[in-house]
Amino acid sequence: MKRNENKEGIKGMANPGRYGIERVSYWLMRITGLGLLAYFIGHIYETSSILSGKAAWDSMLELTQTTQGHVFLTLVIGMCVFHTANGMRLMFAHGGIGVGKPTRPDYPYLPNSQNMKNKLCIYASIGIAALAMMYGLSVLFGE
Amino acid sequence: MRESIIMKIHYGTALGAVVLVAVHILYRITMMSFGDSLEYENVVANYKFVPYAIMLELILVLLSVHGFNGLRVILLELKQGKSYEKVVTYGCLASMAILIAYGSRTILMTSMGMT
Amino acid sequence: MTDPQIVEEQSSAESSSSKTVTLRMAKFNPEHDSGTQFVNFQVSYERWTTVLDAILDVKKHLDHSVAVRYSCRQASCGSCGMKINGRPRLACFTKISELNSDVITVEPMNNYPIVRDLVVDLERMFDTHKEMKPFIIREDSEITTNTKEFLQTPEQVEEYIQFANCIKCGLCNSACPTMATDSSFLGPQALTQAYRYVADNRDKGKNERLKIIDDSHGIWRCHFAGSCSQVCPKGVDPAMGIQMLRGHLLGFKK
Ligand code: HEM
Ligand code: HEM
Ligand code: SF4
Ligand code: FES
Repeated sequence: MKRNENKEGIKGMANPGRYGIERVSYWLMRITGLGLLAYFIGHIYETSSILSGKAAWDSMLELTQTTQGHVFLTLVIGMCVFHTANGMRLMFAHGGIGVGKPTRPDYPYLPNSQNMKNKLCIYASIGIAALAMMYGLSVLFGE
Repeated sequence: MRESIIMKIHYGTALGAVVLVAVHILYRITMMSFGDSLEYENVVANYKFVPYAIMLELILVLLSVHGFNGLRVILLELKQGKSYEKVVTYGCLASMAILIAYGSRTILMTSMGMT
Repeated sequence: MTDPQIVEEQSSAESSSSKTVTLRMAKFNPEHDSGTQFVNFQVSYERWTTVLDAILDVKKHLDHSVAVRYSCRQASCGSCGMKINGRPRLACFTKISELNSDVITVEPMNNYPIVRDLVVDLERMFDTHKEMKPFIIREDSEITTNTKEFLQTPEQVEEYIQFANCIKCGLCNSACPTMATDSSFLGPQALTQAYRYVADNRDKGKNERLKIIDDSHGIWRCHFAGSCSQVCPKGVDPAMGIQMLRGHLLGFKK
């Protein structure tokens, strides 16, 4: 008989609280990856309107030239910058670079892989995503 | 395919896309004002500029592969089972192919002046 | 004549003003209960009282039916893992005073089948651990003639000794976000033990192990969320071991 595994489930997987900033970064990476994929599909549909001539292209463009459209594009910029910057960190980390050196464990057993370097990179990724969003807002609303 | 090969492709496509997407976005803000860069005529001109069209095609392929593999990873972790995992894998592959075909159609036809 | 010091210690224990907390305990017997019920107990505690002490106090004086597993009471055996105030911890290694809370909620760890109350079944973790071939693999051995002990330098020992500290308590698998939904994932405990042997210069089984973990529910399902390392009570830092192991598969490390 297969017993109930008492798995934490999607709520546990997606809950970014309780643990450190690294778990938040995991969560953001997922959300931004999925968000970008959705945008990417929409974007390719959007650009395909160019085949139907100027009128179709212009009416498609109008969708993003509202306030909500601008806010949406700003979010895309933020997602793109965070996902890219954090993605670069993860590519190194997944290869064992920047995750610290093994030592003889001793109380209080602080894990070396959850080090300042990685935490700073996560905060920096969030930071430059925020800056890019502000720049994006200034361009979009400055028109 | 071995999972390590798939994931190496995942990292590789991401790495390639970083540069190309940067160029793509810089195109919007360096050549002319953001609004002008989206004007119909300018966009058609972009597509007709073959190196840029090739770059768009590359972005399209790289990120479709990266994005749909990312989706496959998430779905595989969400639920398990032989038939479910088969559906996820082939579903993602098919969506990837459809998106690439649909985007390529735009790039090819526009760059050949069939608008 | 009685030793004055002992007398003094006893009397100080009696007069010490111990505080009380509410111990909120999950009760569930899969054989006849339909769901988990929480029962509250008032327990008194001192600065040094552990959550396990409190649970055993309840079991002794208030509710004999409480199911709890423990043995060493000193973070060595890995029996007493449970979810304490929402995070997986060892009950014997967690003091009530360090939790800074008036209510201590104890539940069975997630991502394992519940045996009863606070006890979970770690069988699958032991199975995945065994899959990693957790032993030195090589042709010769220390007892073959013409070979001597396999000497290692302190530096060579340091490459793996941290990972050898694992007590198989399973806290890491319970905190892992992939484990929360993926019942086929090997999990941080097993993957880290695979690295413990890969990093050991006496071992020659690296390629065998890399083949086992290079699977659609193997090492690639780790996303370096780090929760395993944050709950590990022995400083094993599974997240570090896993990324180093993946470095071998990605060709960053030879
Ligand atoms: C161009 C820069 C990009 C870089 C450097 C990058 C990097 C990465 C990396 C390293 C991962 C693995 C994360 C992990 O295993 O935890 C990942 C996952 C993912 N990426 Fe990207 N990516 C980029 C762009 C994109 C774009 C444009 C999309 C959307 C089309 C996308 C969609 C995804 C998805 C859906 C995942 C899976 C998320 C997960 O497993 O948590 N990525 N990316
Ligand atoms: C807010 C930022 C963006 C704007 C305003 C924008 C605008 C455009 C425009 C006007 C085109 C038509 C060709 C050209 O003139 O370059 C285009 C094509 C394309 N863009 Fe973007 N883009 C943005 C962000 C992105 C991102 C983040 C990605 C990658 C995930 C991307 C991927 C593509 C692709 C693949 C094409 C070719 C599509 C096809 O023809 O099938 N774009 N974009
Ligand atoms: S790695 Fe740490 S948390 Fe995981 S089983 Fe071993 S000792 Fe427990
Ligand atoms: S009782 Fe042995 S680890 Fe807690």
